[in-house]
Amino acid sequence: MATTLNINGQERSFEAPHEMPLLWVLRDILGFTGTKFGCGMAQCGACTVHVDGKPVRSCVLPVGNLQSRSITTIEGIAATPVGARVQKAWLDLEVVQCGYCQSGQVMSAAALLVSTPDPDDSDIDAAMAGNICRCGTYVRIRAAIKQAAAAQKA
Amino acid sequence: MTVVAELPGISRRRILGGALATGFVFAFHLPVGAAGPVQKDSAGERFAPNAYIRIDGAGQVTLVMPQVEMGQGIYTAVATLLAEELDADLAKVALEHAPPNEQLYANPLLGVQATGGSTSVRAFWTPLRQAGATARAMLIKAAAEQWQVTPGSCSTTQGTVAHNESGRKLGYGELVEAAGKVSPPRDVALKDPKDFVLIGKPLKRLDTPDKVNGKVIYGIDTMMADLKFATLAQCPVFGGKVAKIDDEAARKISGVRQIIALDDLVAVVGDHMWAAKCGLDAIEITWDEGKNAKVSSKDIWDHLRAASEGAGVVAKSVGDVAKVLNFGETYDASYEMPFLAHATMEPLNCTVHVTPNSCDVWVGTQIIARAQSVAAKVAGLPEDKVTIHQHLLGGGFGRRLEVDMIAAAVRIGSMVEGPVKIVWTREEDIQHDIYRPIYRDSISARLSGDKVIALKYRVAGSSVIARWLPPAFTKGIDIDAVDSAVDMPYDIPNFQVDYIRVEPPAVPTGFWRGVGPNNNVFAIECFIDELARKANKDPIAFRRDMLGKTPRIRHVLDLAAEKSNWGQPLPPRVGRGVSVQPTFNSSIATVVEAEVDAGGDVYLRRVTLAVDCGFTVNPDTVVAQVEGGMIFGLTAALYGEITLEKGRIQQSNFHDYRMLRIDQVPKIDVHLVKSGEAPGGIGEASVVGGPPALRNAIYAATGIALRRLPIDRQLIAEKKSWL
Repeated sequence: MATTLNINGQERSFEAPHEMPLLWVLRDILGFTGTKFGCGMAQCGACTVHVDGKPVRSCVLPVGNLQSRSITTIEGIAATPVGARVQKAWLDLEVVQCGYCQSGQVMSAAALLVSTPDPDDSDIDAAMAGNICRCGTYVRIRAAIKQAAAAQKA
Repeated sequence: MTVVAELPGISRRRILGGALATGFVFAFHLPVGAAGPVQKDSAGERFAPNAYIRIDGAGQVTLVMPQVEMGQGIYTAVATLLAEELDADLAKVALEHAPPNEQLYANPLLGVQATGGSTSVRAFWTPLRQAGATARAMLIKAAAEQWQVTPGSCSTTQGTVAHNESGRKLGYGELVEAAGKVSPPRDVALKDPKDFVLIGKPLKRLDTPDKVNGKVIYGIDTMMADLKFATLAQCPVFGGKVAKIDDEAARKISGVRQIIALDDLVAVVGDHMWAAKCGLDAIEITWDEGKNAKVSSKDIWDHLRAASEGAGVVAKSVGDVAKVLNFGETYDASYEMPFLAHATMEPLNCTVHVTPNSCDVWVGTQIIARAQSVAAKVAGLPEDKVTIHQHLLGGGFGRRLEVDMIAAAVRIGSMVEGPVKIVWTREEDIQHDIYRPIYRDSISARLSGDKVIALKYRVAGSSVIARWLPPAFTKGIDIDAVDSAVDMPYDIPNFQVDYIRVEPPAVPTGFWRGVGPNNNVFAIECFIDELARKANKDPIAFRRDMLGKTPRIRHVLDLAAEKSNWGQPLPPRVGRGVSVQPTFNSSIATVVEAEVDAGGDVYLRRVTLAVDCGFTVNPDTVVAQVEGGMIFGLTAALYGEITLEKGRIQQSNFHDYRMLRIDQVPKIDVHLVKSGEAPGGIGEASVVGGPPALRNAIYAATGIALRRLPIDRQLIAEKKSWL
């Protein structure tokens, strides 16, 4: 099936089965390898991307449902002011260890700060509990989200 | 950071001196090679004084990383050590993965080219500084000869040699040719720590910028022209074989290109992972499950419990334990640890391109030379025809110290025309791990008043060392399995450690972050808490009285007590628990504060650690490792258990092999003790202390002495009684 998606601001057309998850289209057909495979069942959040600005788990999202929708991946999130602030806070606070989950963490955090510019701990818990980090960077993720939020207000 | 994957032949090795010998690491003597270090290649002339440093004519400094980066920050630490003594500009260095070469890059503490056991900084702390200082001395000498001045009148900074009196300067790049002709000095002086400009500072990591923008390439991200994608199903019972397959339906799936049935696995190759996965799901596989087809967890535990009653090999003996224990009342307890999977966030994967004359492997591995060796063996090629393209690792935790994934990938790739990327599903990753062994530890002790006068500790479990590093398994003792038992910090006049090797049926066992000390420290620290209660003493006071001979441990215990508000009142069903540990040459005290609700659910309220890991190369990385390691250990304590039924692993993905999530993680306060002692290991150390401290917090909150992990909610719920 021919599908066209807007990915990070550019139209991309490709052939893929209707039920093929967006994750594998991004990674294996289009070469956007920044979005990660972690579990394949929306349990870990490593594959988080934005569809029309909302965070979704691309490993369970059939691409056939997405015709003409706008997708933002980790490769494109720096183009948004919130995304750039999140990335900066991540580096300022040295959040990252192995880094494999961090594309998904950054995407979830950026979506949170768009919908909730000044999140408290429970907002952070609700938005980020779907993203597993095996290295255990959670303490710094929380701090970095708060720093990015403060930078947003400033 | 520029990470260049390929490394054209580095000339030679030198360096390296004495290593710390502690616990399960050994001092291997690495021969010091001669230098002769100018190389010419397409990039022009360059200065390569040793296996870690290259400087080209433009002054570009390239540092070769002997240890792999899997999140622990070692690339930054290695670069810091080299750049400090070389006086290179750390912001401008390029980093390169070391190629497989046991001669050049073996870990001095392990004797093989491996990253594990929290050894990296301990092993390379001196050799890398010597490498940097040697190169710097040669550059200075080259400049001094050119200026006809004494080397002592020259100084270096940020990649430049200067003659202070005349104000002359030469960049390292300008000295490449001349420095290559200088004989390397034998005994080069290292900087006084007070003169360090990089070491000891919380410098920014070099590997992280590309990890927040999607640019980083892990092994699983390997892409190239004509790449095909595959996934596999191995026999769900270890040791079983493929009996037959019906692949008629799979062949009709769009994008499926090839179906490969080997002895013990079936793989599907497709245009993308989705096609491969759909194809595999559509194949009816009949397995010949073999001799393990009926093994369950109960069988394995019965086997271990029975064997653990047998005679062990004495790993350490002080005083006369038998005499003291045989003639008085003893306190006895046994502790049990479950099988654990590693569950690296990057699932197992390996990309290969096998031709009749070559084998290319793209992977992230903790043991690159062994990876090359196994790929060569499986492909039937000499090792020099196998190229390993190393990557940053999306988690290692010991899983990538194994090469089973590389062997499987080369077997599959040998059947495929062109390059193929084989990705394990999460289910396949969890169900075909090489698991942290189960252990059963039995401890007996005798108290005289509130003093422990004898303690006998016996550990029974699989020997990972015997399989993984056979020369290190001697006299029936697994030095890893008893590591933090023989180093137990308490001053007890009669003390013995016994080891009984018991290999579980049907389950392969391997290293898991924290290795042997996870088990030793859990059992000992739980037992000490029980003894403290029997002696009617506060757990910290009880420990403190026995730490007279280990002042660093006593100091961190005091610090953790103070910072955690130890002794201050807490609400009902909330407790504080403590643990101390001498692991990996680092001294750590952990206090966990936790609440147990009426249903037996455990809430983490606060974690406080005091850490003395000697001289720190990067204190911020140390704190990050301690925070993360704590969460790794507490995850296992609360949820971690792999079980078997009919020979099959019952867990499969993150819904039934759970991880702590951000909403469950409390404040973690890490207090670093400033120390000038030799560096200790830290990547695994803080994994170790969390589980016993949490268990002791639950003991304090409920009065129930759990003796098994993971924590059993049934046992600590209010309505159930202790069995």
